[in-house]
Amino acid sequence: MAKISMIVNGNPVNANVDPRTLLVQFLRENLRLTGTHVGCDTSQCGACVVHLDGRAVKSCTTLAVMADGHEVKTIEGLAADGAPLHPMQEAFREHHGLQCGFCTPGMIMTAVDLVHRKGHELSDEVIREELEGNLCRCTGYQNIVASIAAGAKAMAKSDLA
Amino acid sequence: MYEFKYHRPGTVRQAANLLVKNEDAKLIAGGHTLVPVMKQRLASPPHLVDLSHIEGLDTIEMKGRSLVIGATAKHAEVANSAVVGEAIPALAELAGLIGDPAVRHRGTIGGSLANNDPTADYPAAVLALGATIVTNKRRLKAEEYFQGLFSTALEADEIITKVMFPVPKKAAYVKFRNQASRYALVGVFVAKRPSDVRVAVTGAGSDGVFRVTAFEDALKKRFSHKVLDGIAVSADGLNSDLHGSAEYRAHLIGVLTRRAVEAANAKD
Ligand SMILES: Cc1cc2nc3c(=O)[nH]c(=O)nc-3n(C[C@H](O)[C@H](O)[C@H](O)COP(=O)(O)OP(=O)(O)OC[C@H]3O[C@@H](n4cnc5c(N)ncnc54)[C@H](O)[C@@H]3O)c2cc1C
Ligand code: FES
Ligand code: FES
Repeated sequence: MAKISMIVNGNPVNANVDPRTLLVQFLRENLRLTGTHVGCDTSQCGACVVHLDGRAVKSCTTLAVMADGHEVKTIEGLAADGAPLHPMQEAFREHHGLQCGFCTPGMIMTAVDLVHRKGHELSDEVIREELEGNLCRCTGYQNIVASIAAGAKAMAKSDLA
Repeated sequence: MYEFKYHRPGTVRQAANLLVKNEDAKLIAGGHTLVPVMKQRLASPPHLVDLSHIEGLDTIEMKGRSLVIGATAKHAEVANSAVVGEAIPALAELAGLIGDPAVRHRGTIGGSLANNDPTADYPAAVLALGATIVTNKRRLKAEEYFQGLFSTALEADEIITKVMFPVPKKAAYVKFRNQASRYALVGVFVAKRPSDVRVAVTGAGSDGVFRVTAFEDALKKRFSHKVLDGIAVSADGLNSDLHGSAEYRAHLIGVLTRRAVEAANAKD
């Protein structure tokens, strides 16, 4: 077993884990943060994307021990319980950026990271290129792209990062 | 995934000692090749030695006329580095074409080179630029380092610490992606160096990355895509699979080399 401690959604977390525990397993099974999904479990689909020290990573391909001492943010950490949604979440709701919703947490975490790196004015071309590692089997992407463009603009006027 | 013991050394020397002491121990850097392979149970190392906490192993800097990139520098760091962008912009562009944004936030240059996947991008740059792979034991020239599919000159307890790239006069990388995997169906890195020209191809060779000397000789006389007219690449020794035949890959090598030469010339 390995002792790990990290900050998850702003809260310190300590645990004793089997070193082969994946970060996504640790989040879902130990911490019960089930917003992060496992779609493919083979690093392809992006349903498991979370932020590690502020950068989008696939938590199905990261060991929990590798996140030890670092900061993790999941979809649950974007807006407080009961508070208004994060502007990117709100944009997905407003623009019908989801159907079944399975890919959505990963899409939104990827989108927020994209805005942090490339700013608030994003062309459709840039958004599509950046979604390379996120698959959606329902929407056909059209409304996901529209949601991200709108969410990026809205983030400029929001206090939520 | 089978069970393993996890080690977190603070220095390269400690990491090397752990490799010597624990038989079949494996290094892990970004984990973006090793974790998937362990999940599939294609590898089951009893010990993992994590390089990601070794300070200074990811440094990117100029040393004289060489660009030096530390082994644990992530693809996104190379892609966005002002130092790389200034010295060898083609290398920054290459790093920015690897996988997807999340993969680039974890995968490292050392992991990519140690793995030597025949469709990976970095091997083409290392071979074309004539880079030197520096390990905890010695320095290896690109030509002696790559030894065919997924194999390299690295010994079991050898650790890549950095890669030294001599700065070329001009260079460009053109990648034809496999639409599903994002790896190179064919990728061509062209480098006009002070003394010669090198053309290195990834994705196509059934024995991994290789150079196209017929193109190199022609380009050395005149660095223009026009000199390549009439020189054909043989399909012998190239991969054939559901993504493309050997003949198709041979054709792509010609097309991508022309584009790379044009792109390199367009940079000044
Ligand atoms: C979805 C996806 C898409 C990808 N697309 C591409 C692509 O388009 N092009 C491309 O080139 N690659 C691609 N990759 C591979 C990616 O670049 C990997 O990150 C990289 O090949 C391995 O780097 P790593 O740091 O993750 O290595 P790890 O997985 O940690 O290690 C890989 C191997 O290298 C060894 N190793 C690691 N560091 C060292 C070192 N310093 N010295 C000696 N041995 C070492 C390990 O023991 C292991 O055997 C993709 C990966 C994924 C998951
Ligand atoms: S579950 Fe991680 S990429 Fe699909
Ligand atoms: S909304 Fe169903 S997978 Fe994207």
